[in-house]
Amino acid sequence: MIGFVAWRLLQAIPLLIGVSLIGFGLMHLAPGGPLAVYTLNPTIQAQDIERIKIIFGLDQPVHVQYVKWATGIFSGNWGYTFFGGRPVLGVILERLPATLLLMGSALSVAIVLGLSIGVLGAVKRYSVFDVLATTGALFALSFPTFWFGLMAIFVFAIELRWLPSGGMWELGEEGNILSLLRHLVLPTMVLALVITATWSRYSRSAFLEVMQQDFMRTARAKGVPPAARLMRHAFPNAAKPLIALLGVELPFLFSGALVTETIFGWPGMGRLFVDALNMKEYPVLMGMMMFTAIFVIIGNLLADLAIAVIDPRVRLR
Amino acid sequence: MSAAASLPDETGAAAAEAPLLSVRDLTLHIPVPPHVLRAVDGVSFDLRRGETLGLVGESGSGKTLTALMLMRLLEPPLAALPKGEVLLDGTDLMALDEKRMSALRGRTVSMVFQEPMTSLNPVMTVGRQIAEPLVRHLGLSSREAAARAEEMLRLVHIPDPARVARAYPHLLSGGMRQRAMIAIALACRPAVLVADEPTTALDVTVQAQILELLAELQREMGSAILLITHDLAVIAETAHRVAVMYAGRIVEEAPVAALFAAPRHPYTRGLLASIPKIERVPAPTLPEIPGMVPGAGDRPRGCAFMPRCARAVSGCAAEPPPLAETDPGHRVACWNPANG
Repeated sequence: MIGFVAWRLLQAIPLLIGVSLIGFGLMHLAPGGPLAVYTLNPTIQAQDIERIKIIFGLDQPVHVQYVKWATGIFSGNWGYTFFGGRPVLGVILERLPATLLLMGSALSVAIVLGLSIGVLGAVKRYSVFDVLATTGALFALSFPTFWFGLMAIFVFAIELRWLPSGGMWELGEEGNILSLLRHLVLPTMVLALVITATWSRYSRSAFLEVMQQDFMRTARAKGVPPAARLMRHAFPNAAKPLIALLGVELPFLFSGALVTETIFGWPGMGRLFVDALNMKEYPVLMGMMMFTAIFVIIGNLLADLAIAVIDPRVRLR
Repeated sequence: MSAAASLPDETGAAAAEAPLLSVRDLTLHIPVPPHVLRAVDGVSFDLRRGETLGLVGESGSGKTLTALMLMRLLEPPLAALPKGEVLLDGTDLMALDEKRMSALRGRTVSMVFQEPMTSLNPVMTVGRQIAEPLVRHLGLSSREAAARAEEMLRLVHIPDPARVARAYPHLLSGGMRQRAMIAIALACRPAVLVADEPTTALDVTVQAQILELLAELQREMGSAILLITHDLAVIAETAHRVAVMYAGRIVEEAPVAALFAAPRHPYTRGLLASIPKIERVPAPTLPEIPGMVPGAGDRPRGCAFMPRCARAVSGCAAEPPPLAETDPGHRVACWNPANG
């Protein structure tokens, strides 16, 4: 197993190099180049731009720049932001806890709800509940997230005045857990809605497929009661595709829910990305791209390991 | 029961008592507008203690559906359709609610399926799968059940049972898996075992071993076996009595020796004639039954076999023939049966 993990990490290196090349290339190909934010600003003098170029090392040949940046990624020096000149890795990591909190709570709610809805729908296929759940999921998936976000703010924050409309804390209440929880509710709800819809659909089809397998009939033929058939026989088999799904989805969730974080002013990675995009903060954008790629690789690796634990037929090689 | 005289010796005594399992007029009509598929059409038979009844027929003749109905294993939307009675020691299984039926499955009535490759749960050890009904029905602790599961594996002649109990199904061969399936089905020593094509998916040499095993366990446990197969050779080897199904009905039923020696229904005769015999050298062209089995939706009103039957007479088209006793223990559903 250690060999498997080492081999997969080794395999990840060319992938990361590919991602970094694309990220780096895009930055140089973008209109105005990496310094677009300065060159497109008429108030900045030509000699200032030359000076900034030298500061950021952009006067050097492209391949030298790339090698410097890429080796920096491995050694922990991810470059510096244009605004404020802060280290990129620090800026990203600073936003991580907020995103982890929002994602963790939204994902927990969504997995529990989505799984329950999906399993019930599979067990009572074509029932009123199943039809309602399917319709509800399609509704949740076809409306844009920002609409749900704005509706939630309108109803719960403005009309009912139950919950705050955005941010993580009230001013002066930083560190107050109750205040944090109150701020967490609405973005969690909105984010969980869409994930729940996805999970209910995936788990429904995963369970439906497993329940049609011969071994489920065997379980019934030996008198295993329905609840035990579901938990002991169906669940471990149905969990495999769901874990694989989680392995792919999770990293994207950690890179931030752009829309939700923006609407609710949640200081996470998603908002960092949107802000960086607006300000043409290329070092941050490239850093986030690498960060997401690394998470995708780790997420998939963990999913593969989990599947190997559940399914004895899967050999780690 | 006058049939006793013609039964093999070992079941002669058992034959005298009331049947253990009595299937009466079992019917599965599936509405598929504008037709009604008469998949199983009034099947009746008895199964005595310690006896093996072979249920033989082509694909689509309704034998597997008969077995699933008997076990009450049909899934919705078919689950509500079966009619008739399945009397087990006087209790009508068809009238039980799902909870009571579930308490009998695996304990009093068990089933072995055709596909050993897919009938075991791939992510559960073989030992746990055998232990499951023991815990559920006999209330054994998981430790006791695990020990008993190993014992069952030994009983079905699996070498190194302790190791196999801890193994997952994918590590076992088809024959071993079918043995494990049999161990699961017989773990609680059921009164009735339904074996649906238990050897069809296996190599010929393994087939013989599995049949041998079933017979051996039957002698030891005294279970009655309903052996479903399309293979007359399997029947000849294992069964005491045979019921031949055609298009959802039993067309002939007799002790195995009588059926092979003197088949009376034209369909049974056709089946037996189409078996290649090794002593006929050079092999003549095998006779086949002309035509096709009619689909469950477009069966003739009278005898379903009539369109393919060389012995058809004018009355055959009017009404399906009843299953009538022609000799002691030998019943035939034919308006013009052949003389044995």
